[in-house]
Amino acid sequence: MKDFEYAAATTLDEAVSLLAAAGTRAKVLAGGTDILVQLREHLRDADLVVDIKKIPDLMAMRYDANQGLSLGASVPCYRIYEDDIISRAYPALTDSARIIGGWQIQSRASIGGNLCNASPAADSIPSLIALDAQCRVVGPQGTRKIPVAEFCTAPGKNALQQGEILVALEIPPPSARSGSRYERFIPRNEMDIAVVGVAVSVRLNEAGDTIESARIALAAVAPTPVFAREASDFLSGKPATPETFEQAGIEARKVAKPISDMRGPADYRVHLVGVLVKRVLAEAVQRAK
Amino acid sequence: MATKKKVRLKPKAMVKKPKKIEKPLAKQWADGKKPKKAAAQKTKTAKPKTSSGKHSKTNGKANGKAKTNGAKSGLKKTSSAKPVAPPKHAETANPTFPPHVGPYKVIGTRPIRHDGVDKVTGRAIYGNDFTLAGLVHAKILRSPHAHARIKSIDTSAAEKMPGVVAVVTGRDFPNLKDKIADLGEGSVNLAHLSANCLAHDKALYRGHAVAAVAAKSVHEATEAIRAIKVEYEPLPHTTWILDAMKDDAPLLHEDLHTDEMGKPGHGPTNISKHIHFERGDVDKAFAKADVVIERQFKTASVHQGYIEPHVATALWNQDGHLAIWTSTQGSFTCRAQTAELLQIPVSQVTVTPLEIGGGFGGKIAVYCEPVAALLSRKCGKPVKLSMNRDEVFEGTGPTPGSFMRVKLGATKDGKLVAGEAWLAYDAGAYPGGMIGPGCMCVFSCYDIPNARVDGYDVVLNKPKTQAYRAPGSTHAAYACEGVIEELAEKLQLDPIEFRLKNAAKEGTVRVDGPKYPRIGLVEVLRAARDSDHWQSPLTGPNRGRGIACGFWFNIGLKSSVAANVNGDGTVTLIEGSTDIGGTRTSIAMQLAETLGIAAEDVHPRVVDTDSVGYTDVTGGSRVTFATGLAAYRVGLDLREQMAARAAELWDCQPSEVTFKDGSFRNKTNSISFKELAVKLQFTGEPVVGRASVDPQGSTNGFAAHIADVEVDPETGKVTILRYTAIQDAGKAIHPSYVEGQMQGGAVQGIGWAFNEEYFFDDAGRMRNASFLDYRMPTALDVPMIDTIIVEVPNPDHPYGVRGVGEPPIVPPPAALASAVYKATGLRFYELPMSPPKVCQAILSAK
Amino acid sequence: MSKKLHVTTTLNGQPTEFLCEARQSLLEVLRDVVGLTGSKEGCNNGNCGACTVLLDGLPVNSCLVLGVEVEGAQVTTIEGIADGSHLHPIQQCFLEGAALQCGICTPGFIMASKALLEKNPNPSEHEIRFELAGNLCRCTGYDKIVRAVQEAAVALK
Repeated sequence: MKDFEYAAATTLDEAVSLLAAAGTRAKVLAGGTDILVQLREHLRDADLVVDIKKIPDLMAMRYDANQGLSLGASVPCYRIYEDDIISRAYPALTDSARIIGGWQIQSRASIGGNLCNASPAADSIPSLIALDAQCRVVGPQGTRKIPVAEFCTAPGKNALQQGEILVALEIPPPSARSGSRYERFIPRNEMDIAVVGVAVSVRLNEAGDTIESARIALAAVAPTPVFAREASDFLSGKPATPETFEQAGIEARKVAKPISDMRGPADYRVHLVGVLVKRVLAEAVQRAK
Repeated sequence: MATKKKVRLKPKAMVKKPKKIEKPLAKQWADGKKPKKAAAQKTKTAKPKTSSGKHSKTNGKANGKAKTNGAKSGLKKTSSAKPVAPPKHAETANPTFPPHVGPYKVIGTRPIRHDGVDKVTGRAIYGNDFTLAGLVHAKILRSPHAHARIKSIDTSAAEKMPGVVAVVTGRDFPNLKDKIADLGEGSVNLAHLSANCLAHDKALYRGHAVAAVAAKSVHEATEAIRAIKVEYEPLPHTTWILDAMKDDAPLLHEDLHTDEMGKPGHGPTNISKHIHFERGDVDKAFAKADVVIERQFKTASVHQGYIEPHVATALWNQDGHLAIWTSTQGSFTCRAQTAELLQIPVSQVTVTPLEIGGGFGGKIAVYCEPVAALLSRKCGKPVKLSMNRDEVFEGTGPTPGSFMRVKLGATKDGKLVAGEAWLAYDAGAYPGGMIGPGCMCVFSCYDIPNARVDGYDVVLNKPKTQAYRAPGSTHAAYACEGVIEELAEKLQLDPIEFRLKNAAKEGTVRVDGPKYPRIGLVEVLRAARDSDHWQSPLTGPNRGRGIACGFWFNIGLKSSVAANVNGDGTVTLIEGSTDIGGTRTSIAMQLAETLGIAAEDVHPRVVDTDSVGYTDVTGGSRVTFATGLAAYRVGLDLREQMAARAAELWDCQPSEVTFKDGSFRNKTNSISFKELAVKLQFTGEPVVGRASVDPQGSTNGFAAHIADVEVDPETGKVTILRYTAIQDAGKAIHPSYVEGQMQGGAVQGIGWAFNEEYFFDDAGRMRNASFLDYRMPTALDVPMIDTIIVEVPNPDHPYGVRGVGEPPIVPPPAALASAVYKATGLRFYELPMSPPKVCQAILSAK
Repeated sequence: MSKKLHVTTTLNGQPTEFLCEARQSLLEVLRDVVGLTGSKEGCNNGNCGACTVLLDGLPVNSCLVLGVEVEGAQVTTIEGIADGSHLHPIQQCFLEGAALQCGICTPGFIMASKALLEKNPNPSEHEIRFELAGNLCRCTGYDKIVRAVQEAAVALK
């Protein structure tokens, strides 16, 4: 690995000024499970690594039923699924956190890092999109919010400008009669990158037999994670039945434009979108009841 | 019966003649009287059997094995030296029990392994744990191109980088053109071996080592290799066997001609060898068969996947002595290879084997050792050269990919009458792949009186292949068992009954010539049939059960041991077989049994090449068998010496002293081994035993696996519900470690069946050179692996041991293909049977 | 070249100081600087678990932690779990259950299993396999490892 300097920022201001000064020569270090591999393989480059795990805001996880969740960008995955309240409020996010790598990865890797790494196959991003999450970003120009659905701009690239840092993910409080789920298809049972990932969030009517609204998001089928808008809109007002779920799957397939690579051929991935959307929707509906 | 047309695998001179001097092993522990020919008993259980005494000749014939560089199946040397008779005292030693008789005191128990505590506390020293004062670290620069001429290498910038102390390229190796060495496992083209360590004028695969740098730290070495400037002229490449066999294929070696069954054939070509075996009248037999099925199969390259990457430390001293510390499967072959590649006498090299983190055949050929040595000579310091994980995938030796065609013909009542196989295995960039054993194994489970096999060893732009656990047999079994299953179905016969009807037995002649001695395939198949797994119903949609069997020779080859009796009644056993899986213990247990002492009272030590006699590789499923045999013999040697001491103590003749149940006795006295050991220091010189063995032939391991699967019809993903491995171990010395071999091999086979493959892109680059995308099974991907150990004692070993390490990897892909067929109605002819392929087949069938 | 950094940490219960470059991983520090070679490198990118240590009680891949990041933390390695001359029950169960063949993955499995049984003293077979999926073994096929962990769960009660 190329030699670099290490600095651990203890305040947000310190992190921002370090990153603004060093520009592209600096990289942020949260869990390290992506960036260290990339530095080692010379896929990314850094003269300065800024450790942000000592900044309280970035390690804070705050939830209340009215405000929703503010998830610090460096909070490791395990803290999400070990928290009963948050797990129950945001099951899709918990599903994602549980399967990013193995346990050793989850002890360190953060949802914020998973998002900033901007892999099209990232497991947490569809869940964030389905749950309508926003990014709170702080930089030399101040604070701004970016919807997660717009955060990834290309494979491995995100919307952060020089000197900006992702501080927290903000997810609205779950409504009544809502449920969510994330599932991916992988060839083994763990430790693989998603061949296709699907997150669904639904809200049912009082009777529990009709979908009032839904958000479907997909991983690994486009250069960035995708919010399947048409398929999501399609579901409004539809009965919560297997036929609906199947049809949603067919709709969702239309936005899937995957490549063929060593993780799967393109047509197989499109097929899997249909299968997974159908299954994940059914499970999300079940959780909503 | 072999026809006159049968062509020998190699020139006649190389076929080892049966030893005339040494008595067949079976007779060496008999009473010392002329053995009577006992009828073979047909028992299924571990009952002791007397040997038929006929097998020694046939085992001699089993030496007609293929040339496989660095492969686990050994070749006999072209030595003209007469075989040396074993020391007389071993022959006249009077064992208290005939072979294969229990009850055993130690054999069959499950003691804690002698090196266990070090391994669970992290104290054991593996290759990369070793350090020396002044150690520097080396890394290798590798070709990014699948095929390219190397026009120039400019190391000047690298030499100036911080911390760098030495740089070497292929030019630093001596000129080895046209040099062939006999390394005890057949001839090796030294120029090829050296070029694989550091390329000469061409890079033949992506990942081919081109230069190496030693620096003060690993990071500095890693950064420095990036500063080496290599000028390549990329050439067209090929990574698929059938393409490489075409007349217009890009050629890797301009001087390579096909070895046509021992004679030089057409060239230049990428087909380095053509093997042909034949017996009976194949065409006539097919014409008369009632049912004939012919199918084609493809398999992808897969890697052994040991968790420890290659690493070696070399110190080339100012006195010219080269010391090497390495993780290797064979310290003596490492020494021989390194000495030959550097053109220095073997006596100038000492190899100390460190603990090894897995091998499976991939750590027999040298990679790091000679390069580290060259760097050490240049800088005068000890050099540790280690590989990263991606280098292991791209720069070491996966098993061949293959293309196979198998045809079988049977009568309508289920008797196999004809077989034909066309097998092309890739060898990677240099000739000498696993085609030989593949050809020998393809029909090895069956008695097929008329059979023909054609095998082709093909070079192409992939890393040079090495042995991977029963090399070549898994591929061949996938093909043959696939056709067997289709035949059984067509004939409406139960799959096990069909196999039993045609199973190879004692006396069956294999297509490559050898006649089997007493073997256990029938017992294995019966155990499978009677198993709880096979007898339990499997219900539910998308589920299926499959079975397949498989074979591996298991070899003998040379081992030496020495043993010192300690004053406290324990024995230190000095051996040279590196311990990859617990063999220190299985060998120590055999010595303990022979001496009537506890396993804990034998202290096994694996030592360097200066401290023990020549010992062949830990591979070929040979260690528990061959080094165990040596341990047995050294036990007899010790008993004889100690009997003589007891005779001194008791003032009687040595012939009046017997040994039984751990004690020496004459008519009036008895003394335990331990008590006598204490007294030894007062009765004369130290008691030191020795034994050297070179058992001929194969121990013949047969296995059958049963798998239950469930297939998700919408995704093509296969879940294994239940798995049972059944195998003939001859005699399980330490049953836990026999079970472990069966389970480990089964899971490697499961990975091979469903998810493992080298994924090459159009530029000939492996895209998945990491554990992320080279998908080996995790704990979550497999269920418990149940095991059934069958014991049909090997007549060539005093305790009946057969090698067990390799057969378990042979049946799984075939068993799983058959299970998936039962679950989906679809047959698969390609490995891996990955989810996209299964899914596509299911969708197409709708 | 950047100056080495001085790190103070607690290693296997002992206050420990070391110097390291920023780019050195915790795995490199343990093996090459402190001299504890029990944690192994299998892949150096977080996919095999052979380098597993406990960081503040949590299992982590030490190849993906920088040495400097353990300032002020508690690090436990395979060398630290035996109690003087007594093996930890997990180590004992691995030995008795023959849950190792070449042994290179064993320290990583033992550390992950220790963390598992502390979090979940009564795991099901599925839970054991799920939590240990980040540890690769090529020799054993996992059967005896899972059984050893089940035995250790009983032994630890």
